[in-house]
Amino acid sequence: MDSVNDTANQADTADGGRLVIAGEELGSRLIMGTGGAPSMAVLREALIASGTGLTTVAMRRVDPSARGSVLDVLRECGIRVLPNTAGCFTAGEAVLTAKLAREALGTSWVKLEVIADERTLLPDPIELVEAAEQLVGDGFTVLPYTSDDPVLARRLEQIGCAAVMPLGSPIGSGLGIRNPHNIELIVEGAGVPVILDAGLGTASDAALAMELGCDAVLLATAVTRAQSPARMAAAMRHAVEGGRLARLAGRIPMRRYAQASSPFEGIGTGG
Amino acid sequence: MRIMVNGEPRELPAGSSVAEAVAAVTGAAQPGAGIAAALNDEVVRRSAWDATTLNEADRLEVLTAVQGG
Repeated sequence: MDSVNDTANQADTADGGRLVIAGEELGSRLIMGTGGAPSMAVLREALIASGTGLTTVAMRRVDPSARGSVLDVLRECGIRVLPNTAGCFTAGEAVLTAKLAREALGTSWVKLEVIADERTLLPDPIELVEAAEQLVGDGFTVLPYTSDDPVLARRLEQIGCAAVMPLGSPIGSGLGIRNPHNIELIVEGAGVPVILDAGLGTASDAALAMELGCDAVLLATAVTRAQSPARMAAAMRHAVEGGRLARLAGRIPMRRYAQASSPFEGIGTGG
Repeated sequence: MRIMVNGEPRELPAGSSVAEAVAAVTGAAQPGAGIAAALNDEVVRRSAWDATTLNEADRLEVLTAVQGG
């Protein structure tokens, strides 16, 4: 092992190591979505390149003509499945979808998503809180997709959610993190893992999320709709690791003027 | 008897079970894992599919995991 990796491992250990959600350790701080991949083969390559240990899937009415199952891909890759409630507009729809997912997939973990409208796909905070309360009360491990509102994030944690997942910008927009200050406020106030979910466009966005102090990143479109999904997945993997290390290392403060990195003493022309 | 399965009307013999309706909509006599059913907005555990009979105008939803989110 080379010295760079030694340093990385020391830094990871110094911070308590791996991502832990609801008492369970996950092998990667990159959580993947599956939407948007042009084929199961492309999805499989991207998931492997991402190094992810947890990946989210949607629940939909069965289609007898469907070929290949995303569940088969996850099983073959040894990736844990995280069902979501994508497409639900009310607390009632989301709760029923979560219960169906628990029955179908044998997991009580759920990425809770309750959206307000199809144009923005922004979370509906009222329905989200209602659904989170019901699901936590029913024994689910709830990971809510939320807006980047520090107050709402705090309320979701108080309800008993196992993590909070603020958006960087609207789902699939690729606009990155539009309000880094709010993400920092959420991180400062959170006692559960903060997972930046939605809106990331490229590797630097994922690195920024980690530099801001997020514990993990969840993304799909940035990889699945990239020109080379597997290559972008690898880029995201490295960005998450790099951003995490930078956070742990402690960046230098920004300065208005230069600060010489070389000594002035001993310059030959200095007289 | 006519019931709604995944939003579509479907004719089934009177007294059909959830298991028979799931088999009809999935096209498999023994549907694989990863499928769940809700009858009138209540989840029916797989172990209860055989014993749960359907009634006229019931609404059955049969879901599975797909790419998304």
